[in-house]
Amino acid sequence: MHISELTENTGDTIDLMINMGPQHPSTHGVFRLVIWVDGERITRAEPHIGYLHRGSEKLCEDETYSQIITLFDRLDYVANLNCELAFCLAVEKLMELEIPDRASYIRIILCELNRIASHMLFYGVYGLDIGAITPVLYGFRERERIQSLFESVTGARMMHNFIRIGGVKQDLPDNFSKQISTITDELERGIDECDSLLTNNEMFLARTKGVGTIDPKTSIDLGLTGPSLRAAGVIEDIRISDPYSIYDRFDFSIPVGSNGDCWDRYYVRVEEMRQSLKIITQCIQQMESGPVSAKVRRIARPPAGDVYLRTESPRGDFGVYLVSDGSPKPYRVKVRAPSFANLQALQHLLRNSYVADAVVILGSIDIILGEVDR
Amino acid sequence: MRDSKSPLSNLVAELLAEFDVEIEDCMDETVVKFNHENIVPIAKIIKFDSRLDCDYLRCLSAVDYKDRIEIVYHLSSLEKRHKLILKTSLTPEYPTISSVVSVWPGSNWFEREAHDLYGVEFENHPSLLPLLLYEGFEGHPGLKSFPFHEYNEW
Repeated sequence: MHISELTENTGDTIDLMINMGPQHPSTHGVFRLVIWVDGERITRAEPHIGYLHRGSEKLCEDETYSQIITLFDRLDYVANLNCELAFCLAVEKLMELEIPDRASYIRIILCELNRIASHMLFYGVYGLDIGAITPVLYGFRERERIQSLFESVTGARMMHNFIRIGGVKQDLPDNFSKQISTITDELERGIDECDSLLTNNEMFLARTKGVGTIDPKTSIDLGLTGPSLRAAGVIEDIRISDPYSIYDRFDFSIPVGSNGDCWDRYYVRVEEMRQSLKIITQCIQQMESGPVSAKVRRIARPPAGDVYLRTESPRGDFGVYLVSDGSPKPYRVKVRAPSFANLQALQHLLRNSYVADAVVILGSIDIILGEVDR
Repeated sequence: MRDSKSPLSNLVAELLAEFDVEIEDCMDETVVKFNHENIVPIAKIIKFDSRLDCDYLRCLSAVDYKDRIEIVYHLSSLEKRHKLILKTSLTPEYPTISSVVSVWPGSNWFEREAHDLYGVEFENHPSLLPLLLYEGFEGHPGLKSFPFHEYNEW
């Protein structure tokens, strides 16, 4: 029997299933992706998550409010301070606490630095995903500056437990103003250097331009947030549209893309780092001396009720839904992790793209499995 | 009394007049409590009515209050920038509600998570396979009745 007859009789050819992960270096953690391919084209993709599920939300129900901050550190483990901030702000909103100005400024400086550190990590590993080995060295060099500063301020490089209910743990060290002015200068140069190294590289453009495109309407429908949503051209940043803490005092802009492809998602993040530096500079100008913590009882007891607070983490809309029954432990904590929602869009992004681009697309939405699985 | 309410809650009251809903303003958000049977028609009005236009599902959470399981939908409109919360209660014996994936496709994984951890059945959901838990896991660990310290896997 001739082969053409065979395909005619049986209809379609069978798609080949390919399994990636959970221990695949390009999946940024323990993440499994199953893809079905027809030749070089992906026909269907199925993400499997849960390998890092630690039951953080359930654990929160058995800890006091101040203990929970340490659990939030471990959600988005490259932007720890942003997670701490979201939780503390939620508790403070429920308790209707007034936070001293200096504490808020310290929080914003640290969170914006953390955003830069997180985007620098993305920059480095995204280069690796594409096949460029050098950017990771530059990205980590810049990130290391920030981590060292964190170490001198909070005492820890990653799991800080520094932002507390009512303020921050302690005031900044004496030489902080000198340190921060050095670091902002270095970062400004560093971002420019990183930008010039990768952004307009011809190979990089060939791999990312027009790859994994998504339109604004689908992005919103799928719940995409953060840089990935802005890359599609939607002007939405919670720091501006629904300001929390003291973000309404700063002047900065929202970088948006136009095509919603991988390159836009990458470049929005590079531009965002520059905007974060702008916020940090304004913080330092506006900051005055004063107390760094409101007067709160050691065991916080928010009144019974529920509150939802959302913040703009480096990956997008990080929301905390907190239900309190008036006891020292929360009744229910629900974390709306941006990576979790963004990962849903992966199926859509991968459909009809090439197998070789799968890793490029996965890298561009910058997932952190710690907050996906919780 | 009615005048003290926010314009958004008045608008919601007007649009959802045919359903049995309770509307209150809580902090900076408007909360709508409704009967779980009406979820899909209410969701459609909230998303597709041009005055409400809540196109973005921020979060979908399940909360176990022992005597009931509450499903909370946090919504917002990216263009109009208002926020809305929908709350509905399910019986703990048979927590069943219609899926809103057809209205907000982003709710897919949130519903799967609520199914995993709270045992909530979402009717017409495309696939309620385990998401965070592994296949074959017994019980719903989010529920208050699920043991905390006694649970010993190893």
